[in-house]
Amino acid sequence: MERNPMRRQLQTMRKSLFDQGYLDDQFVQLEELQDDANPNFVEEVVTLYYRDSGRIILNIEQALERKTFDFNKLDAYMHQFKGSSSSIGAKKVKAESTLFREYCRSRNGEGCMRTFQQLKKEYATLRRKLEAYFQLARQAGPVETACRPK
Amino acid sequence: MNSSSGKTYMSTSNSSAGWKAGDAAADQFPVGLRVLVVDDDPTCLMILEKMLRTCLYEVTKCNRAETALSMLRENKSGFDVVISDVHMPDMDGFKLLEHIGLEMDLPVIMMSADDGKHVVMKGVTHGACDYLIKPVRIEALKNIWQHVVRKRKNEWKDFEQSGSVEEGDRQLKQSEEADYSSSANEGNWKSSKRRKDDEDETDDRDDTSSLKKPRVVWSVELHQQFVAAVNQLGIDKAVPKKILELMNVPGLTRENVASHLQKYRLYLRRLSGVSQHPSNLNNSFMSPQEATFGPLSSLNGLDLQTLAATGQLPAQSLVTLQAAGLGRPTGKSGIPMPLVDQRNIFSFENPKLRFGDGQQHVNNNKQMNLLHGIPTTMEPKQLAGLHHGAQSMGNMNMQVASHGSQSSQNNPLLMQMAQPQVRGQMLNDTSLGHPPRLLSPMGQPILSNGIAANVSTRNGIQENIRAPSYNPVSQTSSMLNFPMNHAAELPGNSFPLGSTPGISSLTPKVAFQEDVNSDIKGSVGFLPSYDIFNDLNQHKPQNWELQNVGMTLDASQHSNSLQGNLNHAQSVLVQQGFPSGQVNGQNRSATVVSKAMFSSGDSTGHVNVQNGNQHLNSLLVDSTVRIKSETPTILYPDDFGQEDLMSALLKQQDAIAPAEHEFDFDGYSLDNIPV
Repeated sequence: MERNPMRRQLQTMRKSLFDQGYLDDQFVQLEELQDDANPNFVEEVVTLYYRDSGRIILNIEQALERKTFDFNKLDAYMHQFKGSSSSIGAKKVKAESTLFREYCRSRNGEGCMRTFQQLKKEYATLRRKLEAYFQLARQAGPVETACRPK
Repeated sequence: MNSSSGKTYMSTSNSSAGWKAGDAAADQFPVGLRVLVVDDDPTCLMILEKMLRTCLYEVTKCNRAETALSMLRENKSGFDVVISDVHMPDMDGFKLLEHIGLEMDLPVIMMSADDGKHVVMKGVTHGACDYLIKPVRIEALKNIWQHVVRKRKNEWKDFEQSGSVEEGDRQLKQSEEADYSSSANEGNWKSSKRRKDDEDETDDRDDTSSLKKPRVVWSVELHQQFVAAVNQLGIDKAVPKKILELMNVPGLTRENVASHLQKYRLYLRRLSGVSQHPSNLNNSFMSPQEATFGPLSSLNGLDLQTLAATGQLPAQSLVTLQAAGLGRPTGKSGIPMPLVDQRNIFSFENPKLRFGDGQQHVNNNKQMNLLHGIPTTMEPKQLAGLHHGAQSMGNMNMQVASHGSQSSQNNPLLMQMAQPQVRGQMLNDTSLGHPPRLLSPMGQPILSNGIAANVSTRNGIQENIRAPSYNPVSQTSSMLNFPMNHAAELPGNSFPLGSTPGISSLTPKVAFQEDVNSDIKGSVGFLPSYDIFNDLNQHKPQNWELQNVGMTLDASQHSNSLQGNLNHAQSVLVQQGFPSGQVNGQNRSATVVSKAMFSSGDSTGHVNVQNGNQHLNSLLVDSTVRIKSETPTILYPDDFGQEDLMSALLKQQDAIAPAEHEFDFDGYSLDNIPV
């Protein structure tokens, strides 16, 4: 058990992210890649993810503003988005992406829109939580922050 | 030891050397494995890079397929394995896969968030070594080295067979077993080894355990003898033992004949498959890439795949097969020798097929193109003709083989040819540069050129051939591939063929690339559809076009005319896919054409160009007239989707010599095939 209160808090925060289903095992894979050479690897990846996927979100939004939906295109965008999201372990976001794609396949515009709104919510929530997490990690001290013992 | 880098791991071209030399290095293997990872998603790319680094691999990342290709081309032996995403904005991952397979023959691993069966199947049929589902875990990456080893093993085997790297191979195998079992899963290793062996069905090695069998070079003459013997016995009754007796060639073993016969049969099947269903071909080609290219694809795919898989398919064999199929066609180009009968079919079909879908097809086509070399209906007569062609081709191949020798020259060439075609796109870009030589023999036996080209292409292509992706290509493509490859390569290279007039090679790039194969088969006759070329001209002959053209040319040419025309056709061949842009400009993309043209090599008129697909076509077109029609105006321009081909061809040749192309497939009179 961590003696450092900040570290303890960090661990708790981390655990809850997993327990509440925001993150899955892929996130752990990222953590395991973090080492002394790349002490902030996870944070860097997540930052990159939000930057890049933000672009896709925008594209989807624009596509959904059209009168008629181009479901193929929407599906393609979401496929891309899903790939990114899954690679950082964003579990809930990934689930919404999958649902969205199903609606695309069944040409259900309503379903798509609804799901997309939900997706954006999850996406934003995760971002908030991870930002808080990384901030605490930085404060708690370098190195062990999000690293698992190797 | 040098865990570093790549040297130890031997670049694909000299794998054997690498392996041998490095026993020490081998111990450290797979440390330092040089991986090129391609993905447009920056997040994934970053994660993959880190994971691969953690596995102690040397990683180069790339977010665009085009960039990756040029990197690979610049440094053919700079990488050991490529990992690529399926969905990328600038180029379809499968297309990249094809290109790499054709040109560099590196193991390629596909990955995607999509785990749908059809997509995975696509990966398999395109020759991917493996397919990873995203999100990728590091455990999955830890074992990718096995694909490198497997491929190398196959290559070595080839080498070995050709007698070039005996010790390396043997040593390698042994050391491999020893080393790898420790580092990797021993079970894995063995099973993969076994699997590999199993795949080598078409290999010469009947006996997988004795890798060191001296490789038989199936020269054109030898192949002709073979075909004659087969015809004499009747294709159904032709058994290796009897064939061997009839051939009466000292030093030839029953096993050699048996494996050659196997390939030959596949070739024939492919041809007949193609010819029978021209429409099918179209369909098949047109069908989504997933659909294994229709009937042809199945043939091609199977054949090629098996061939490709084995990688071992001796180029020569393929060449001869193709040549046989083509009747004459320059051995090299594997020009789709759409048997005369089919010619029309092919030409039309191929072009269509190819262009039909466009890029996608191209991929498919590519595979199909592989067939191009293979005459669809190899009738005895044709066979005879083919012999000529084969011979020429054989020569070509052989020559090439001799050059390259390293990488299964023959195969690579063949495969390459096919592959390039398939890759069509790829061809356009770069590879073409090499082959042009093939075409160049304007008038001269294309074979030689082809071979040269092959050789050159070999570098690029060799790998391709091996490329699993191109399995289909490997088989048939070998023959066809040449043209294609060359074409592909040529295009860039600007075939001297361009000049070859008349090579009726107009046969539009007979899209060797993929369509070509299939098309050629059917269309064997190069239909001097200048129309097509015209269209093609308009469209920049994208690699595909050329390829297709080549293919068609092959078909038409098959046999004699092509040969001669091949020179011309070369341009056509070149078209095959290469270079739509390149081809045009340059030699008439003879490169592409040349492939096809190889066949034309001999006959001036014979635009065996089947291969010459577009270039040839263009060449042919222009020169076709000159060429005399011998070369069946390969331009199957009709359908080849040809707009590309046509344009490509047309571009090349302003004057599409129309139709003079006489496809005289019948009786492949490989007359004057300057072999």
